[in-house]
Amino acid sequence: MAKVLMIDYEKCTGCRLCELVCSVKHEGVSNPARSRIKIVKWEWEGRYVPMSCQQCESAPCMAVCPVKAISRNGDMGRVEVDYDVCIGCRMCIAICPFGAMSFDTLAKKVIKCDFCDGDPQCVRFCEPRAVQYVDAAEVSGVKQLAAAEKFTGILQKVAAAIAAV
Amino acid sequence: MALNRKIAYINLTTGEIETKPIPISIRKKFLGGRGLDMYLMYNHITPGVDPLGADNVAFISAGILGGTLASATSRTHVAGKSPLTGFVGSTNMGGFFAPELRWAGFDHLVIKGKAKKPVYLWLHNGEIEIRDAKNVWGKTVHETQQIIREELSDRDIKILTIGPAGEKLVRFANVMTGLKDAGGRSGMGAILGSKNLKAIAVRGTMDIKIAHPAEALEYNKRFITQITSAKVSQTQGEIGTPFIWGATNTQGLVRVKNFQLNQLEDSDDVEAEAIHQYTTGMAGCFGCQVHCREKYIIPEGAYKGVYDEGPEYTAQGAFAGEPGCRSTLTILVSNHLTNAYGMDLLEAGSLIAWAMELYEKGILTDKDTDGLELRFGNDEAVIEMVHRIARREGLGDILAEGGLRAAEKIGKDSIKYLIHVKGMSNLHSDERPTPSLALGIATASRGSDHLRSRPAIDLYHLPEPVLRKIYSQPIAYNGPLTSDYRDYEGKSWQVFWHETCYEAVDCLGICKYHTTFLGATLPNFEEWSKVLYYNTDLEMSPLDIWTVAERAYNMERLFNIREGLTRKDDWLVDRYFDEPTPLGIPGVRGRTIDREKLTKMIDEYYQYHGWDENGVPTPETLKRLDIDNEPSHIL
Repeated sequence: MAKVLMIDYEKCTGCRLCELVCSVKHEGVSNPARSRIKIVKWEWEGRYVPMSCQQCESAPCMAVCPVKAISRNGDMGRVEVDYDVCIGCRMCIAICPFGAMSFDTLAKKVIKCDFCDGDPQCVRFCEPRAVQYVDAAEVSGVKQLAAAEKFTGILQKVAAAIAAV
Repeated sequence: MALNRKIAYINLTTGEIETKPIPISIRKKFLGGRGLDMYLMYNHITPGVDPLGADNVAFISAGILGGTLASATSRTHVAGKSPLTGFVGSTNMGGFFAPELRWAGFDHLVIKGKAKKPVYLWLHNGEIEIRDAKNVWGKTVHETQQIIREELSDRDIKILTIGPAGEKLVRFANVMTGLKDAGGRSGMGAILGSKNLKAIAVRGTMDIKIAHPAEALEYNKRFITQITSAKVSQTQGEIGTPFIWGATNTQGLVRVKNFQLNQLEDSDDVEAEAIHQYTTGMAGCFGCQVHCREKYIIPEGAYKGVYDEGPEYTAQGAFAGEPGCRSTLTILVSNHLTNAYGMDLLEAGSLIAWAMELYEKGILTDKDTDGLELRFGNDEAVIEMVHRIARREGLGDILAEGGLRAAEKIGKDSIKYLIHVKGMSNLHSDERPTPSLALGIATASRGSDHLRSRPAIDLYHLPEPVLRKIYSQPIAYNGPLTSDYRDYEGKSWQVFWHETCYEAVDCLGICKYHTTFLGATLPNFEEWSKVLYYNTDLEMSPLDIWTVAERAYNMERLFNIREGLTRKDDWLVDRYFDEPTPLGIPGVRGRTIDREKLTKMIDEYYQYHGWDENGVPTPETLKRLDIDNEPSHIL
């Protein structure tokens, strides 16, 4: 089963180490403008949201590409760009609903998450585990558990409150 | 590459801007951040200038590792001649400004002159513009950043700014970035205010080339693990620095009611756990996996619903212990207000507590306070005084001048009760039972301070072999070391060691929480030698880095001496010697600092530095450190 990035923005502390390690891994430089992941912030509310490619099953970028440079790699579970074919028209950037496809103005090419070929550095370095690399089937299980825990926690609190009365 | 960032000279009087590369020879001597700032300060500030005059110079910088892979490389350093002490002004802050400054192409800014009207600087990808600040003058720290981002249509811009306190030239005004990242000591915000410089906005998309990227990534993982595996880092990551309060207050190591008590009783509402009730999560500075900043929302009262970050250990002392208060809400609100006004909460809290003691002793009266009942334990008075100081109203206007000037104005015996060194207030720590901490505040170059040389791990009773392992590198030390924090022996070496360690970390641009400050197992010189090489290709041994730090600290000493500092300025106020601690665990009760023993410690401390008995670096020392021809005016 292919793996996916599971993002839990509530755990994100906004430190942007993921942006740093991503740009170092891919380009050998520190430069968030060349990172495949970005933390979108509302600093005045303390809200930080990691945004990266969702590796969509029915990927709009793939559909819109006029030269068929974008394809799905089933083994890796990722959407890939073939740079030998890509003409740099940026239609994929225009259509991506997540802003996950971006343009590297220095290398003059579109860039997107490639899971670091199976060892995503953003995941490796994120200690709060806001970004995790898990089996696609596991995501809903993890979310179910969290939701169930929250739900039963509330029930227990209510029961305790009633018992106290 | 990480070493190609430029230095920019900006003259606000003439509008002239010049940029230069930083020669590798200077890099090897001072690295960057605080170290290079100290070189620049000694070279660019004319002796005797008025700190609030156009001739003072402000220095803003990133560390040499800013934005690279060395754990938390977020630190910004700001320097100038302090409006509070008249000596070295130097302050260091976290957040996201320094990395952005480097992505914009700059490492050091040297800001001279005075703008005719309020301005802000806009730095982006190698360009520098001086812009009209009329839309943000008078605005709070938080408002200013939001307005500038809207004005320049970029929500990713990072901004270093002053608040209303800096505009009003409060002599302990902060420079700030984000919500709570504060360059909070020695009044650097007042220097910017005096230059009509409201803010510096930066945005960059320029590469910082990592010299050995694969190795840097791998080593950074190890480096971070070393940091985050320490219990102290984990605790900070859960409840922030307020965790310290439990340990220090329980023992009796905190100042309460200014300096009358050394323990706050019934302090449940001041504890980290009480503050943590209102925390909505933790936040980190750039690259940091410790994430020690608490996010909170004020739960009730006039500021109900306001979001802010912090409060830190300093706020517990400033707004609870020192003024004898016990309210979580007062801590949360006062922390927010000092953030918004851009004012050193540590200095403000300390001076408010001093004024309270003066009021209770009848030195200040209702006439002086405009009817405000400035008694210990009066929470409303604390908050009201925060407003008055920042706005320079009534007694607040006097306190905004700093302790020494205020004491001169108030007169009577007021100076007797002021807790300061070199005119700067002390943290809420009570150093009477801890000679090592007392020596640290007495000698710190920027005035009484806990972040310059404090051997905080001295409080942990570490076994002697562990101490020896830490303190015998990167240079040998065979003298005494003891596990008892009440001892005087060996402590001067510890202060010297930590002073050099903290100077080094400030040159590199890494957070102090990521070195031997609160945790004994955290990285220092050995590890820095490696991260420096992997990121920048600079080959410097642990001893080379130690020497850079020593050199930089000597530049600070030279600056202070040139401004008139003498040995008598490296000293504590009389209360430390004459008033025994009344509370605490048996071992800390009844303690004072011994004058003769402190004198001996200072002698030793000077000797370790290679300074003479007056605290002046000897010609041999200056030659050894290759700073015998300063000012050399290379940059």
